[in-house]
Amino acid sequence: MGAEFVALSLPPILIGICVAVACALPGNFLVLRGQALIGDAISHVVLPGIVVAFLVTGVVAAGPMLAGAAIAAIVAVVAIEAIRRLGQIEAGAAMGVVFTAMFAGGVLLLEQSDTSSVHLDVEHALFGNLESLIWLDATGWASLFDVQALATLPVELPRMALALIVVAAFVWIFWRPLTLASFDEGFAQGVGLPTGAIGLGLVIVSAIAAVAAFDAVGSIIVIAMFICPPAAARMMTNRLTHQVAWSAGFATLAAVIGYVLAGYGPLWIGASASVSAAGMIATVSGLILAAAALCGPHRARNG
Amino acid sequence: MLADALLLQLGYNAALVTIGAMLLGVAAGVAGTFLFLRKRALVSDAISHATLPGVGLAFVLMVAMGGDGRSLVGLLLGAALSAGIGLLCVQWLTTRTRLGEDAAIGAVLSVFFGFGIVILTIVQTLNAGRQAGLEGFLLGSTAGMLRSEAMLLAVSAALVLALVVLLRRPLTLAAFDPGYAEAAGWRLGRIDLAMMGIVLLVTVVGLKVVGLILIVALLIVPAVTARFWTERADHVVVLAGLLGGLSGYGGAALSAVAPALPTGPIVVLVSFGFFVVSLLLAPGRGVLASVLRYGRYQRRVHVRQGLLALAQGQPIYERLTHRLLRRAGYILPDGVATADGQAAAAKAQLDEARWAIVRGDLVFVSAATRYDGLTEIETVLTPDQITDVDARIMAPQAVT
Repeated sequence: MGAEFVALSLPPILIGICVAVACALPGNFLVLRGQALIGDAISHVVLPGIVVAFLVTGVVAAGPMLAGAAIAAIVAVVAIEAIRRLGQIEAGAAMGVVFTAMFAGGVLLLEQSDTSSVHLDVEHALFGNLESLIWLDATGWASLFDVQALATLPVELPRMALALIVVAAFVWIFWRPLTLASFDEGFAQGVGLPTGAIGLGLVIVSAIAAVAAFDAVGSIIVIAMFICPPAAARMMTNRLTHQVAWSAGFATLAAVIGYVLAGYGPLWIGASASVSAAGMIATVSGLILAAAALCGPHRARNG
Repeated sequence: MLADALLLQLGYNAALVTIGAMLLGVAAGVAGTFLFLRKRALVSDAISHATLPGVGLAFVLMVAMGGDGRSLVGLLLGAALSAGIGLLCVQWLTTRTRLGEDAAIGAVLSVFFGFGIVILTIVQTLNAGRQAGLEGFLLGSTAGMLRSEAMLLAVSAALVLALVVLLRRPLTLAAFDPGYAEAAGWRLGRIDLAMMGIVLLVTVVGLKVVGLILIVALLIVPAVTARFWTERADHVVVLAGLLGGLSGYGGAALSAVAPALPTGPIVVLVSFGFFVVSLLLAPGRGVLASVLRYGRYQRRVHVRQGLLALAQGQPIYERLTHRLLRRAGYILPDGVATADGQAAAAKAQLDEARWAIVRGDLVFVSAATRYDGLTEIETVLTPDQITDVDARIMAPQAVT
């Protein structure tokens, strides 16, 4: 069990946990602010950004893709805001127009260009490929202390860990202004907080988490992790600190159980192949949310 | 080739698909307008993503029962069922828990879609040859559609459209004046349910054409586009239907020419093209109209301020003001007022004096709110009132 587990399952599980927690942390504030669907929009618009970055540079590398995705996210935010103001159109509808059009453009670009030689296609963008992120040089738990073996860890793991650290640092440093601006925007403005900048910062940090996760696990798990663990945590407590802790716990739980169920579940019932880990993690997070919505102590709306 | 496609000359199947897509577009545009006006546009995103597990499970079930698994009717029934469950989940989460609708939409969308992916990976291992059709539901594929499938698409799109036309009265009422609709005896909850039912049908019928990821665009984009052109309720509905129909028709025709590309993105981009044109060119709300309006306003302010400066004998340094006044023939190149300019300046100053009286008198309080430094007082007060105001300007004041 040991060697095989460390080589095949440990890296994906760790990456899954990093993704889940990195998305769930800003997700708490997005859900509180009624901006839960920003995660949805971001994960759609990332696709054209990555495709354009690939077409311009000709390589699939983290740097250009991250830059392309970030530019696409900014274009989307500006476009949504412009449509909302110019047409006096409700934010949700403006968002729907922009992200579907950008996603459609991304898909067509991708299908038109010759990307068969590289690892870039629509399905991969949607579901990711968590299972393939294996650590070939690991021979057992001892490899964790072997510098040479550690160097061959899938690059997604350190990248995702870095994203998690950035996100966690942002939430920790800006805890008070974030809390204030999320619960009582008017008061926050009154005491002189730059609420616009805080909101934008939150969106940018969410975009960082989404873009970093996108490459490893696909967009669907990103949306699920932005919303499900924080929403479930919201049913468990009335205190924000507890809620964030619960959401991180739920996110970790969903990642671990989801991965194990996807990888080993079919074997237990006698099937031969495994199922999509990203899909399974999203499913488990939904089950957690369902359980919390049915029996969480604070599930009802107060007043 | 494209002309052939647009003229329905690419064979019976392609023609059926194109017409079906057009009917679907009309139904989606109209239904989407109601959704958009009820501010629930993105609920359709949750509904459409929630179809995926239904499609997958229906396939598995049909294979388990010894069938082929690719029967479009069966797949669409499964899609409708799971989309319905997804819709109920959104409703339940929104009404029974403290979550907002946005969080409920996002949760249902991602979880159902994730579960659908799990089922798809199971389907892929069932028998490698047959699952090919299911990926088409993600982004739509009309290439190589069977005659029976194209027929089903066209007929069901026509039925959905008929349903929308049948229910247009209560839907319009609920969308534009929910309070009045309730007072008039309509059950708002039921109308909403009917609206969601129609949206669900549009989504399910559109699965094969546009795909579940992008069908939401066909519901939202035409409605938003139509909103740019008119302020009238009934016109928005008709225009959205028209735009949706054109997008469906054009997109499906284009897609018939490029069978390697998924249909959904093409339809969406055609629809988005209409949107961009409207955003730029629509009268009233469009970007071009806004820029023109802004420029006109700016020129009016400059001319007015320039004239007031002339009236007080001040020199004009501001370049734009100078140019505008010269072009209007109010001043000479050296800044000296012409006869026209003197008359206009005197008139402007008189206007200001009259406004000063109006704004200082409670009798004119409603007229005074129209003051913006540009409006001519003749457009606000009657000649009698102006005479009255003038009398007060001219009236000798006692020196105390």
